[in-house]
Amino acid sequence: MTPPPFIPSYLPETPSQTAGPYVHIGLIPEQAGFEIFENNFSGDIAGPDVVGQRIIIEGRIFDGAGHVTKDVLVETWQANAAGRYNHPADMQNKTIDHNFRGWARTGTDFATGLYTIRTIKPGSVAGRKGRKAMAPHVNFWLASRGINIGLATRMYFGDEEAANSDDPVLNIIEQPERRKTLIAPRSERDGALVYTFDIYLQGDRETVFFDV
Amino acid sequence: MTPQAEFHQRDRDLHPPAHTPVYKTSVLRSPRIPLWSLQNSLSEVTGPIFSPDELGPLDNDLVLNYAKQGEAIGEQTIVHGYVLDGNSQPVSNTLVEVWQANAGGRYRHRNDTYIAPIDPNFGGCGRMLTDERGYYFFRTIKPGAYPFRNRINSWRPAHIHFSVFGTGFAQRLITQMYFEGDLLIPHDSIIATIPDKSAADRLTARLDLNASRPLECLAYRFDIVLRGRRQTLFENKLQGS
Repeated sequence: MTPPPFIPSYLPETPSQTAGPYVHIGLIPEQAGFEIFENNFSGDIAGPDVVGQRIIIEGRIFDGAGHVTKDVLVETWQANAAGRYNHPADMQNKTIDHNFRGWARTGTDFATGLYTIRTIKPGSVAGRKGRKAMAPHVNFWLASRGINIGLATRMYFGDEEAANSDDPVLNIIEQPERRKTLIAPRSERDGALVYTFDIYLQGDRETVFFDV
Repeated sequence: MTPQAEFHQRDRDLHPPAHTPVYKTSVLRSPRIPLWSLQNSLSEVTGPIFSPDELGPLDNDLVLNYAKQGEAIGEQTIVHGYVLDGNSQPVSNTLVEVWQANAGGRYRHRNDTYIAPIDPNFGGCGRMLTDERGYYFFRTIKPGAYPFRNRINSWRPAHIHFSVFGTGFAQRLITQMYFEGDLLIPHDSIIATIPDKSAADRLTARLDLNASRPLECLAYRFDIVLRGRRQTLFENKLQGS
């Protein structure tokens, strides 16, 4: 007698809900106005021992009426300067920087709407099997009041024209105009390297968001 | 550790769509152009890893973790459950963060102006790592219901916000847990954003008398399911589970 075939059954994913206006309490309590944990996560992840070129990523997030949103949680996830993620699923033959987790969390400012990430510029990461390497990029994830399910997008670097034009992800976006919504222009301010990544949730300049 | 496979495609029918006018704030914050489908690359199957030494010993006890001159006021409550993935595998050592209003329905937040008083001994947030079995638990105060500016008379049922990471950034999830028997659940505009009633029902934690502490506090059970991983055929057998 042959054994019955293995039929996997799947549990349905727990549905998402908005993070609400008070997301700061749980995830960035200092912004809510109080101290509670000994260790807080932050948007400043380029400690002194981290290898790489220091950069600032900053920007604003606009709603469909063109208004600046001031209560959005911003999280980023990126590779290290060598282009490797600090995670066991990344088997690339590149150096792991044990001082660099690669994950940042911050919120847009209640007064100005500006978010700021202090990090290092990531290296290029291998693409999917058979695809070209991906240009240096930072993965973004947004949650807030009015956002029912977290929004995933990517930021690419404005001074990486050659790598960007070869990037396998940018190139799946048919319209060149829309690719530009993911590319942050570079500038310098008081000796610091700044990439400005404004995000448009809706409207003529709507940022490309991904179903990953 | 073996390399980890890609995730199952997210079943977007289980989740609220971005644009849900019943919840007004979503109207201007919902992308209108369809999301670009992106097959998982290293950027999506990897994600941040947290270690126990980043957490404090009281981080999962909301009754005590902000206690200044006495314990938080209200009905002490245990919430517990398992974090699993779609393949029924435990998601171990993953960060679970929670936040909520106090017993009167007020948040300790500079932007919350509701009339209920702030509880000086209650912060309203906690966090923990799941254990090897994907199990988590925390102790808290049952939150109060409160009104919010959606319709004139919109009220949120008692709820606790959950943020869960999983092992890859594409598993990232923020959701809310509700309490079995709450009469406000059918009237809530946020729950109503979920089109699938059975999916919405899974956000309601069940009263769990077996886990309650006699003469001390009740318990509620809330299991969380993150996206599963695709199993790869390896020598004609499915790898993994």
